[in-house]
Amino acid sequence: MSILVNKNSRIVCQGITGRQGSFHTQQCIEYGTQVVAGVTPGRGGEEHLGVPVYDSTHEAVSKGGADVSMIYVPAPFAADAILAAADAGIKVVVCITEGIPVLDMVRVKAGLKDYDCRLIGPNCPGIITPDEAKIGIMPGNIHKAGRVGIISRSGTLTYEAVFQTTANGLGQTTCVGIGGDPVRGVDFIDCLELFEQDEATDGILMVGEIGGTDEEAAARYIQEHVSKPVVSYIAGVTAPPGKRMGHAGAIISGGEGTAEAKFAALEAAGVRTVRSPAEMGSAMLEQLGG
Amino acid sequence: MNLHEYQAKQLFARFGIPVSSGEVADSPKAARNAAASLGGDLWVVKAQVHAGGRGKGGGIKLARSLDEVREVAMAMLGQRLVTPQTGSEGLPINQVYIESGSEIERELYLSMLVDRVAERVTFMASAAGGMDIEEVAATTPEKIFTVTVNPAAGLQPYQARKLGFGLGLTAPQMKQFGVLCTNLCKLFNDCDLSLLEINPLIVNGSGNLVALDGKINVDDNALFRQAGLVSMRDPSQEDEMESRAAAHDLNYVSLDGNIACMVNGAGLAMATMDLIKLHGGEPANFLDVGGGATPDRVAEAFKLILSNASVTAILVNIFGGIVRCDLIAEGIIQAVREVNVGVPVVARLEGTNVDKGKKLLADSGLDILAADDLTDAAKKVVAAAA
Repeated sequence: MSILVNKNSRIVCQGITGRQGSFHTQQCIEYGTQVVAGVTPGRGGEEHLGVPVYDSTHEAVSKGGADVSMIYVPAPFAADAILAAADAGIKVVVCITEGIPVLDMVRVKAGLKDYDCRLIGPNCPGIITPDEAKIGIMPGNIHKAGRVGIISRSGTLTYEAVFQTTANGLGQTTCVGIGGDPVRGVDFIDCLELFEQDEATDGILMVGEIGGTDEEAAARYIQEHVSKPVVSYIAGVTAPPGKRMGHAGAIISGGEGTAEAKFAALEAAGVRTVRSPAEMGSAMLEQLGG
Repeated sequence: MNLHEYQAKQLFARFGIPVSSGEVADSPKAARNAAASLGGDLWVVKAQVHAGGRGKGGGIKLARSLDEVREVAMAMLGQRLVTPQTGSEGLPINQVYIESGSEIERELYLSMLVDRVAERVTFMASAAGGMDIEEVAATTPEKIFTVTVNPAAGLQPYQARKLGFGLGLTAPQMKQFGVLCTNLCKLFNDCDLSLLEINPLIVNGSGNLVALDGKINVDDNALFRQAGLVSMRDPSQEDEMESRAAAHDLNYVSLDGNIACMVNGAGLAMATMDLIKLHGGEPANFLDVGGGATPDRVAEAFKLILSNASVTAILVNIFGGIVRCDLIAEGIIQAVREVNVGVPVVARLEGTNVDKGKKLLADSGLDILAADDLTDAAKKVVAAAA
């Protein structure tokens, strides 16, 4: 079992003929992901990486049967690509693109309310259900099908969590990179809810970072609604206030968004926290009685 | 990207938000001339730096004669202004803004920001102007009024009225305030701002609303479509190392410690700093070399790190995913040779082809310690830095 994507997911890549889109779609296909279509306006009718290219996402859905989209289009055009996917009837939109203007995302989030569509990202590594579907830029080979659901705001830190849970034999059900932007698609709570319902997920690993209050909100949700063990690490204890640490959303402002406040909220909610990123896997193993 | 007050006020004027007349000057003589052309008998000389709390740091002074304007400007220009928001080094004052003095009846607070929870633009207003808004929020939150703008509908009059009543405005001021808020929305959207703050927004002697200060942050992600604003960038107000890094597409933030780090990915870069601290060291920087971590970028990153004289050891922490570890190891070796790194380097590589990568580092004959895992890397670099 898994959440959001699995072996039956039929993926369309928006921006398939670009450099990033080509490279990563190839990797996804090699992993065994069912990529059924690509979209590049003006290049409809071509074939790329053995996949039919369409002029619009609507055609990729109606003619190619796609139900999940993976977006690599450049930041200036990404908002349009997300809303086009939603309007075409795509249920899960995974936007890898980094650097989308925040006011574009404000408009996208308002626009998405018209649709039954979940957005993952932007500015994220994507989502993977090991051995079934890799939709994004993560290295497929470090994953192993298993028992842990992973939710993370950071790319390479997700890989650490994956690597550690693969090394100790736990493996993963699904890993969701929710992205490092301040305004984004699914959040911790959406994923916690899905992992709580997923029968194959025995424990949840939540990787947060400074900025905003999503981890605090997640802590309150966990206390009330999550019965499965949750392990959490928050990056940025040493980050100075007022400085943006790489990700657009990773900034402590007005005393809000510190790692300490997030750790405290999670601990108060009974979440097992680790202060070292090296201990995410071992703490999960302990929680699951390994 | 931050703007100076005088730049913010240029934008205010362009979007119909009332400001006092003023001119920017970069010499005492120009300051005197500016005051003369503004006329009147009272001026405010304001240091132009990218930080708040300027009044507390002595960066805002009244002058009652043209000679006094010149003297105040002379005392400020070329100095560094230290405010509660700048850190002990302060920021250089290269320009002063000369503004006609205003009679102040009331000081109010008004700001707009992208609210991460609402995922919309939010207005905040308070009658406690001139104060630090975080302090107001902490001590008397009931004095802060907020409204959130629906991006499709835009700001509605009832919302502006809610803020205006909260501020205790008179009927004529209410009318001005409605127009002001509408114009602010247009400015915020058209210029892709992430923060706009007017503190204080004053009621002047004639009972009119005037923006007496202006703070603006522009969304860095939107600069590709804001060419006019990009030209307002003032690198003298930015950390030199951070500007250099940005020019090479590297994400760098200076810190106070002595252990430099070079990491791929922002989250892992923060985690690496935390890990150094956890094991008793002090990180010298945040540095994300990006997902690619190609030899060229690694070399640039080494050069950048080494221009900080306090660095006594370097930790390279790369999770090789799609980029193979042996390629990254080659990049590190090439960079260490090319840049002539004089301090110990601890490298932790993980991911695809990690054994090959480690062997390359070991056989290179360079002073690079390979670490087995994250914890080992942190311990080794803390020991090497001591």
